[in-house]
Amino acid sequence: MLEINNLHISIAGRSLVKIDHLVVAPNERLGIVGESGSGKTLTVLSILGLLPTMMKVQGSVIFAGQELLGRSEDDLAKIRGRDIAMVFQDPGRSLNPTMKIGRQAGETLRLHSDLSKSEIKEKVLGLMHSVQLKDPEKLASRYPHELSGGQQQRVMIAMAIACKPRLLIADEPTTALDVTVQQEVLKLLLKLSQESDMAMVFVSHNLGVVQAVSERIAVMHDGEIVELGPTAQILDSPSAAYTKELIGANLSIPDAQELSRLSGSRFQNTRGV
Amino acid sequence: MKKSIRNFRTQPAIKSPQLILGIILTGLVLAITLVSFFWTPWDPIAIDVEKRLLTPSFSHWFGTDRLGRDLLSQIMVGSQNTLYVTLVSTLIGVVLGTSLGLAAAGSGPRWGGILTRISDIGIAIPSILIALVLATTLGPGRLSVIIAISFWFVPVTARVVVGPARQILSLDFVEAAMTHGRTRMYIVFRQVLPNIAPIVIVQTSMMFAAGILIEASLSFLGVGAQPPTTSWGKILMDSQPLVQEAPYYTLLPGSFVVITVLAFNLLGDGLAVLLDPQQSQKGVA
Repeated sequence: MLEINNLHISIAGRSLVKIDHLVVAPNERLGIVGESGSGKTLTVLSILGLLPTMMKVQGSVIFAGQELLGRSEDDLAKIRGRDIAMVFQDPGRSLNPTMKIGRQAGETLRLHSDLSKSEIKEKVLGLMHSVQLKDPEKLASRYPHELSGGQQQRVMIAMAIACKPRLLIADEPTTALDVTVQQEVLKLLLKLSQESDMAMVFVSHNLGVVQAVSERIAVMHDGEIVELGPTAQILDSPSAAYTKELIGANLSIPDAQELSRLSGSRFQNTRGV
Repeated sequence: MKKSIRNFRTQPAIKSPQLILGIILTGLVLAITLVSFFWTPWDPIAIDVEKRLLTPSFSHWFGTDRLGRDLLSQIMVGSQNTLYVTLVSTLIGVVLGTSLGLAAAGSGPRWGGILTRISDIGIAIPSILIALVLATTLGPGRLSVIIAISFWFVPVTARVVVGPARQILSLDFVEAAMTHGRTRMYIVFRQVLPNIAPIVIVQTSMMFAAGILIEASLSFLGVGAQPPTTSWGKILMDSQPLVQEAPYYTLLPGSFVVITVLAFNLLGDGLAVLLDPQQSQKGVA
């Protein structure tokens, strides 16, 4: 459904991202993992044509048989939000602070559907319900800053799925949330993509988060995909050295125990003195 | 910036003394103007040379002018022209200036740069010069003054707006709105504008104060209001040769200009404190 070929993003002659081939099948959940600065976000932004203007993009991004690179802003605006939707890292910053939640959540519907005002309102409440927001009527009349981070991200997700996009791009959607909320949001994204036949590209620096939702994982390093394969294969038998490093860097349970043991011993020392 | 908007919505109205004084004085000036449409103590244009240059008394509170007209009535009627000209040019300045500033912020670096340079040129030309040129081509009067003042107000507002607008445009929700399929110009006018509204509101009241001063200056130079229309600047011009003979004739209309400018400045300062969180926190404490 989404096919990236020979994508090359550069700025002032310096290469930032170089991807030979990357495919996302319908209903597939692909994870992109890599450290900060590895080009994950640039790659997904290039799909929507949202890269800063000073960056140069070459190659081809084909979505549902249509080339997306080089399309006019107007053409892209029709695709954005309707066919391809996106959820960002920091929901607190991704919501317009002067617009009430209810109105804001209806943005994509107002833009891409012919529904009447009351129909949109009804649908927004339904959407807020489906992203497991409690008391949607009450929340709808609030401003973004009156919601918690988890609630804000759910609103963002509600906006993103409103027009039943075929592809959802989630760029570090859980990074700004605390751990318990992270889990709930991950579960929600997984459930939504399974239930509504929506493919998902999930970007994160956290391998643990990516593996939880993805069927396949692409590992990026220095703007290139160093390894690509099914989640189990990447985790069990990584071939690239960088992937091994990444797995090693992931805080697994033993590591966490080790950390607590170390910190515990230090605490004991200071107490002993 | 994000924080500013948070507080803007939730903060209770602050009772800052300057804001209250600004509101009272502004209300007073507007009330005098409104009353002058229906009632003045004397006929403002009735000439009575025998009563020329009377000092303030119970029958003529502010005395009479060089032609024996009641000065208070003159000042009251004069406020109509002063406020009308200022109001129209401030509205033109705010609407066009804000649009220009937002367009400059929203368009790419090339067009944004060109628009910014154009507004720099506009700021560089003094409005008194423009008014004098217009007075010789269009003839002196309200229209010339309005054009001259707006010609200066538009670029000034544009410059005030463009910076904060660019700042808002760099926030994540703008990019998020684009992923929903909004175009950049829509975002600039529908989503950025509400976020910079406090700045525009404060700017409006500051420009109103400046407009009163410019209008008075232009009328004083004889470019503004033409007889039989009067305005504060024109009364001041008439009084100028008689300063030593009848100081009240200059002082009274002059203090009206001062009080009105002060009123709108206080209002602007008060609003700035009320709408800007960094200052308002000081205000609360």
